[in-house]
Amino acid sequence: MNDIERLPYDVVVIGAGGSGLRAAIEARQAGKRTAVISKSLFGKAHTVMAEGGAAAAMGNVNPNDNWMVHFRDTMRGGKFLNNWRMAELHAKEAPDRVWELEAWGALFDRTKDGKISQRNFGGHEYPRLAHIGDRTGLEMIRTLQQKVVALQQEDARAHGDPEAMIKVFAETTITELMKDGDRIAGAFGYIRETGQFVLFEAPAVILATGGIGKTFKVSSNSWEYTGDGHALALLAGATLLNMEFVQFHPTHMVWPLSVAGLLVTESVRGDGGVLRNSEGKRFMFGYVPDVFRAQYAETEEEADRWYTDPDHNRRPPELLPRDEVARSIRAEVKAGRGSPHGGVFLDIASRRPAEEILRKLPSMYHQFKELADVDITKEPMEVGPAQHYVMGGVEVDPDTAAASVPGLFAAGEVSGGMHGSNRLGGNSLSDLVVFGRRAGMGAAAYLDSLGGARPGASDAELEAARAEALAPLERAGGENPYAVHAEVQQTMSDLVGIIRREEEIKTALAELEKLRERAAQVSAEGGAAYNPGWHLALDLRNIMLIADCVAQAALERQESRGGHTRDDFPAMSPEWRKVNLICSLDGDRVTLRRQPMIPMREDLLALFDRSELQKYLTDEELPRVPEETS
Amino acid sequence: MGAKVLLRVWRGDAGQGELTDYQVEANEGEVVLDVLHRLQATQAGDLAVRWNCKAGKCGSCSMEINGRPRLACMTRMSLFEPDEAIILTPLRTFPVIRDLVTDVSFNYAKAREIPSFTPDPGVGLGEFRMQQVDVQRSQEFRKCIECYLCQNVCHVIRDHPENERPFAGPRFLMRIAELEMHPADTADRREIAQDDFGLGYCNITKCCTEVCPENIKITDNALIPLKERVVGRKYDPLVWLGSKITRRPRHDTPAVPVKKN
Repeated sequence: MNDIERLPYDVVVIGAGGSGLRAAIEARQAGKRTAVISKSLFGKAHTVMAEGGAAAAMGNVNPNDNWMVHFRDTMRGGKFLNNWRMAELHAKEAPDRVWELEAWGALFDRTKDGKISQRNFGGHEYPRLAHIGDRTGLEMIRTLQQKVVALQQEDARAHGDPEAMIKVFAETTITELMKDGDRIAGAFGYIRETGQFVLFEAPAVILATGGIGKTFKVSSNSWEYTGDGHALALLAGATLLNMEFVQFHPTHMVWPLSVAGLLVTESVRGDGGVLRNSEGKRFMFGYVPDVFRAQYAETEEEADRWYTDPDHNRRPPELLPRDEVARSIRAEVKAGRGSPHGGVFLDIASRRPAEEILRKLPSMYHQFKELADVDITKEPMEVGPAQHYVMGGVEVDPDTAAASVPGLFAAGEVSGGMHGSNRLGGNSLSDLVVFGRRAGMGAAAYLDSLGGARPGASDAELEAARAEALAPLERAGGENPYAVHAEVQQTMSDLVGIIRREEEIKTALAELEKLRERAAQVSAEGGAAYNPGWHLALDLRNIMLIADCVAQAALERQESRGGHTRDDFPAMSPEWRKVNLICSLDGDRVTLRRQPMIPMREDLLALFDRSELQKYLTDEELPRVPEETS
Repeated sequence: MGAKVLLRVWRGDAGQGELTDYQVEANEGEVVLDVLHRLQATQAGDLAVRWNCKAGKCGSCSMEINGRPRLACMTRMSLFEPDEAIILTPLRTFPVIRDLVTDVSFNYAKAREIPSFTPDPGVGLGEFRMQQVDVQRSQEFRKCIECYLCQNVCHVIRDHPENERPFAGPRFLMRIAELEMHPADTADRREIAQDDFGLGYCNITKCCTEVCPENIKITDNALIPLKERVVGRKYDPLVWLGSKITRRPRHDTPAVPVKKN
């Protein structure tokens, strides 16, 4: 059992969600032997939970849409902290990536003239989200899964073996990246079913592991989201960018308690749903911040007209970016105007006919009916914010998705920069396929640049990885990993959650220090075969590292912006906009440093009005901005 | 604090196993998976349960609950009487790996045999035009979360492992129907549906439809229409004549060869 099986590949993709599968398809199409590592079964990744859609400026519903409008919306949503090159690539390439999914068999909802339909979403100026009812993520994962199968069928014909060029290792977890000098040499992990250790010997590793939701108590994320890729990158010597930015999506179920954190898609609001407090008031009109005042309606009448006549009316404030809506809901609840279970009311029943609700939001109907006995065509939903996404992640080169360690790449939620301080809804699914593809191309090009050279892992490194993985199983009398995990989640939710202040973050860091020692001493009962307690014990190391990064970065950034709200520094600061916070490891300690933001290219700056840029940029930056824009 | 409930959980592995009793706390509004998680966290840290989204969207936590195939995350505790024992066993059709986790690789193997989506290569990116009414039929089948409860319940393989070779099961016959009804697909899978994937074994007892957590009308909307298409083709006089003249009995896209070990 303790033997290590060695598996040689060209590219190892860790993660089998949208970005991982898209990356693997690209690497395989570039002729590279590719392994896909999936923590769950093939086709179950967290991407299936995405509901609303994939944002792409195809202009199918409103022909005024184009990449420049999408780029502007993305930068505004991220409060100009985005890596602008990533936002540019994303806006330009998203339409082709969505059409590509269609060519691989995805069946999006259609417009009357037979094109892919697009829906409205928070922060997007035009209807932009390609969707399939409210189960777009499932369609994406299934389409990519079936594309992998189609490639395997080609390989079966060409090589007599469907897994000759691309193989999915289901229910397999990577615990360590291997290096040869400063380069990546492979990935070490275990197969959950048996506990068998495996070494994937490969010069290129693509991280596509998603997010960090299991660091928090109430999260819409699945169990896999233990920050594995973030932690593996840190441990391999790469850097993490702006980890303080954690998205608390405004609308999740709050009752019954067992489903607290279950996502209620933003499409409910995009399709006409409104938020009300306990007095029945549409409170969002009172929370439109100055930077967005020009684009959002001031009266209910104007807001309601917008759904049918968007060219002559401004948007309803329920469709502000997620960070704004989440904060507003929290403020209403705090002021005592919340719903019985500590949320607010999301009402679509009084606004749209039952038949339309059933057609457009079938899984929302299903979810509330089955789990809460609420019929959303007749009654309002009770909703509140929960952790949903992390904007921070592995620092990468925008064009190739390469991290700072040669041979290491990252795409999707695990990478940082694209979404700045706050992600717009719909920009995640498109991010996955745009940068998944680029990571696959980046890895293939890196392999070509190596020529025949193949870095190899040292035996000592491998032995250390095995010993670390076995430790919780061999240690007797240690603490229960589930108990330690629950305490980390409680600490992070209470002290580094949606609203933060200095003393609380400092308390959290002190708590985390103690918890780190406890996490290192947990024991897992039972054996190596399919043992969830052991798996959690190993994931804890990653959760602890990431919690530390988030808390340190949250303490350092003394402003409020997007997914980082400081009670003690409530304003957004143009000086802080120029600062990226970079996490790295020094020995086994997380360290943080400031790094200046690269100024935006002038042709991109020219896409904005000077008056808008004045709200975000410092006076010294403004002279670069042309006086007049078209 | 909630009351205690009696869970009788099958513990064991491929070799053998037995029902083990646990008293576990359960709170208002919880589902079976919540209680299983509490059991893991407090009494049985190594209890093997497969789960992922806990939202009825990924289809991982399939098991048999009091003998009925269900998703643990969508089965509310309020379904049971307060003093009723809840018996949790692994899916019966598939080999047990450990505790409540089974080996579902059969399904992945079947998925790989079905000829994939085959669009007209002349259609460029963004050029597909399809009407909502035409995509809607296949969209229903694409709601499938691959929980394999239909595969588990189907009597053709549940009690007859010898049928696993000739019969793909409802999920994959539905996949064939989905591709056949896809407006942009050009392949023909009607003969192989019958000959290679065992559509004829289905005698429309509708058990698959009954257990589907997505409420897909598998039998009525996928399997019966597929049977009609197969029959329609088989008895089409032109096709019959063509097969006599060219001496090529099959015009279908062939099923993908199975890897030989």
